[in-house]
Amino acid sequence: MSPAEIIAAYTTRLGDNALVLGQRLTELVASGPELEEELANANFALDYIGQARMFYTAAAEHEGKGRSEDDFAFLRQEHEYRNLLLLEQPNGHFGDTLVRSVLFESWYLLLLDALVRCSDARLAEIAARAAKEVKYHLRHGAQWLVRLGDGTEESHGRVQASLDALWRYTGEMLEADELDAAMQAEFDGPDLADIATAWRSNVAALVADATLVLPQDAGMARGGKAGRHTEHFGFLLAEMQYLQRSYPGATW
Amino acid sequence: MSKQEWPLYEVFIRSRSGLAHRHAGSVHAADDQMALDHARDTYTRRKEGVSIWVVRSDRIVASDPAETASFFEPAEDKIYRHPTFYEIPDEVENL
Repeated sequence: MSPAEIIAAYTTRLGDNALVLGQRLTELVASGPELEEELANANFALDYIGQARMFYTAAAEHEGKGRSEDDFAFLRQEHEYRNLLLLEQPNGHFGDTLVRSVLFESWYLLLLDALVRCSDARLAEIAARAAKEVKYHLRHGAQWLVRLGDGTEESHGRVQASLDALWRYTGEMLEADELDAAMQAEFDGPDLADIATAWRSNVAALVADATLVLPQDAGMARGGKAGRHTEHFGFLLAEMQYLQRSYPGATW
Repeated sequence: MSKQEWPLYEVFIRSRSGLAHRHAGSVHAADDQMALDHARDTYTRRKEGVSIWVVRSDRIVASDPAETASFFEPAEDKIYRHPTFYEIPDEVENL
């Protein structure tokens, strides 16, 4: 791959993560448990959609084929999305949504902090901006994890079940594939082995704070980074792409 | 399922350094940290502040509207407490 192809593919993958989590959180708009949490969730969803736009716009320019951010978001096929499987998992209940965000964001923040030091100035700038948003999300999420984990017997049991169910999707975040390696070699990108070590210790501390039990790595799922998705993803895309597919080129 | 309301918190926001915190509104929250998060998410979405205070509404001690007469009206007829009897030289600005 040429350097331009590497940065385009890598930035697209970051955009896919942001877009898919943003879409999942958007599905929850108008169903928050409290007015204030509703606003918080909608803010987070918007943060992610905003990040996706920045990543896709950068990717489109690196690619140089005249595609727009909308083409990336709405007019690709399922196998062309390279988001983590974790992020496409359904929202479930409040605890499921929360654990999904905390597991991802505790990794994503480390990744963004490393990307700030990469040699592509534009990506570094986007990463710095996104890191500020995600740092707050994680603060919010970590507090909730403690509230639920260290809360009632029922909340503890349910959030432990969420953690156990989603744990198998965390493996692929920590394993470098060819693109991660190329990004690291060519652009001084993140070292996923370092990030994995830091993530494991941060998550262990978070989970202990919340009086929960850290699950064992077993039957880890992977494939999202290569475009092989879980059954839920097609439904997410169908809803998200419906308008652009039915009314091509529709705008506000 | 029973629905128990979270306690109310009053939110004070300082919009710029150097200004005082002003009452912005209130939020519901289960604990102090959550109140701070909720205040941030509810009242500073458009960059309205650089500092937030939250305080449990039931911790605020307020004057009783029924006692307005004895509390505030005695000050009305004591005009000598207002510095209105001084001649201010033209050169003095910002007084």
